[in-house]
Amino acid sequence: MPSTGHRTGADRDRASGAGPGRRAPGRRGPGGGTGSAPNRRSAPNRRSAPARRTALIRGAVPYLLVAPTVLGALYLLLYPLLRNIVISLQHFRMGELVNGGAAFVGLDNYREILDDPVFWDVVRRTFGFTIANVTLIMVLATLVSLLLMRLGRGARLLVMGALVLTWATPVIAATTIFQWMFQSELGVVNWLLVRAGFTSFQSYSWFASGTATFWIIVVLVVWQSVPFAAITLYAAQTTIPHELYEAARIDGAGPWRLFTTITLPMTRTIFGLITCLEIIWVFKAFAQIWAISQGGPGGATTILQVYAFRIATLQHRYDLAGAASTITVVILMLVLVVYFRHMYRQEALR
Amino acid sequence: MNPATLWRRLPFALAALAVFAVMAFPVYWMVLTAFKPTVLIQSPDPLFLPTALTLDHFRTAVGADNFWGYWRNSLLVTVSAVLLSLGIGLLAAFAVARMNWKGRRGFLLMVFIAQMAPWEAMLIPVYVIARDTDMLDRLPMLTLVYFMITLPFTIVTLRGFIAAVPPDLEEAAMVDGATRAEAFRKVVFPLLAPGLLSTSLFGFITAWNEFAFANMLIIKDQTDRTLPVWLASFQNTFGTDWGATMAASSLFMLPVLAIFLVLQGRVTTGFTAGAVKG
Repeated sequence: MPSTGHRTGADRDRASGAGPGRRAPGRRGPGGGTGSAPNRRSAPNRRSAPARRTALIRGAVPYLLVAPTVLGALYLLLYPLLRNIVISLQHFRMGELVNGGAAFVGLDNYREILDDPVFWDVVRRTFGFTIANVTLIMVLATLVSLLLMRLGRGARLLVMGALVLTWATPVIAATTIFQWMFQSELGVVNWLLVRAGFTSFQSYSWFASGTATFWIIVVLVVWQSVPFAAITLYAAQTTIPHELYEAARIDGAGPWRLFTTITLPMTRTIFGLITCLEIIWVFKAFAQIWAISQGGPGGATTILQVYAFRIATLQHRYDLAGAASTITVVILMLVLVVYFRHMYRQEALR
Repeated sequence: MNPATLWRRLPFALAALAVFAVMAFPVYWMVLTAFKPTVLIQSPDPLFLPTALTLDHFRTAVGADNFWGYWRNSLLVTVSAVLLSLGIGLLAAFAVARMNWKGRRGFLLMVFIAQMAPWEAMLIPVYVIARDTDMLDRLPMLTLVYFMITLPFTIVTLRGFIAAVPPDLEEAAMVDGATRAEAFRKVVFPLLAPGLLSTSLFGFITAWNEFAFANMLIIKDQTDRTLPVWLASFQNTFGTDWGATMAASSLFMLPVLAIFLVLQGRVTTGFTAGAVKG
């Protein structure tokens, strides 16, 4: 987005600034008013000290306008990120949290965490969780978007309404709903399964089993994420000209061919963008997991972020948690690089 | 419709029905349970249609300890964070959309990156910083975090809205003798109102739903908690009273649903900026 997106503003600035009869000396080039046209007109020989001062103040205006943002980001974004790295290089536990004076230990924490087989279980689980979720989200969202394209107005509004309703459900409300639906005695899911003939699900406690809890959370995340992806993909598909499909159909292309030769290539960039976003969102999912299982039972739902939180709050190993968080940030950065490359391509196409 | 068309359309209609049911059922089930008498909730065979309705569960939910306190905390933190990021974001968005200065490109790129900041990975350092600066267990700290979470998105969207207002309008006002600030306040600002509204509503949803930081930063005094944290620990409050839990969840969802209805068409365009995850 930065490439063309923010050029528009500057171009307009430059274009309007070039007008000869422009009286308001508002806009300046970079660095403020070092001898721009209106000033030279008002002070033909040499610029007086007050004029120079106003020019200087004018030049400082944009910097003053962004100053609060920059200060906020330095304190609340950059500082925590750096502090995270610093903590991960220190001996930082309960004592250091209370009394301060943490000693640097180099890469000891990283060595400790990378030697821990539990950590590698968590990493594998995190990738499994992300791959399962993102694959399901993208496949289902694509199917739903294709369906939306083929529905009449009434049916489409109905499905859209349901999608938006799901979208609007707060994460924590969704977790309580799922805990209620999968409740062992009175839950509607067990009732349906027993009714369908799976009598072993009578009073089955889903949240006592690690695998079951893991998959319930996957279903929950997918259910909440499909609307955004489906509606965005649908919006992208509505921009594909009808003629393309008609021409291909006349040439005898079937639905699958239409999808692979027209729909997919035409929506490739937006598809890539959404996939990146979903990877990032799923990878750092926390609220759903913490509210439902706190990473249990038996660590079956502990993904990286939950792991970092657990070792910080339960074992007071802030240093190890810092190392785990830093590793998470590095992995997410890699996805982000891909995301921004897609973003640039998307903007270039517009 | 002739039988052939009907036959061809049937699979799509069935698929649409299936998607509708899967998507809408959980929310429907929440609302239905919230209004269902306890006897029916506890019956071995659930009823899927409303037969007898009761407000008992809503009474239990509203009567829960400190219920209004949690609403007050959530509203206070959310609204102040949104106002803060709206005010500060507007200044930055104006500088980015309307002024030419060295470092503008770099600034905007940083805003885009900050929009994707891995907030969940920063729980521990923010907790440590809050402790160091004596801000732990205090709502202002939560407000500051939510302000920073919503700020990048606010700047990006407001920049778009400001760029959409033709600069000629401002210039005309300035030709007529208005200062730049006056021109902005009297000409641009009224045109920005819809943009400001939708931006702040998106920010509201993000902050309203936030769980991880509220859970981490407010520990000592339970009455200082926000709604999501309180609701996540519903077992402590309602035990196995599912009716009350669903009533509380419905009430918690209500403001967000209202915002979605207000925004309607703008929802898709705004959310595709990727800032708000429902």
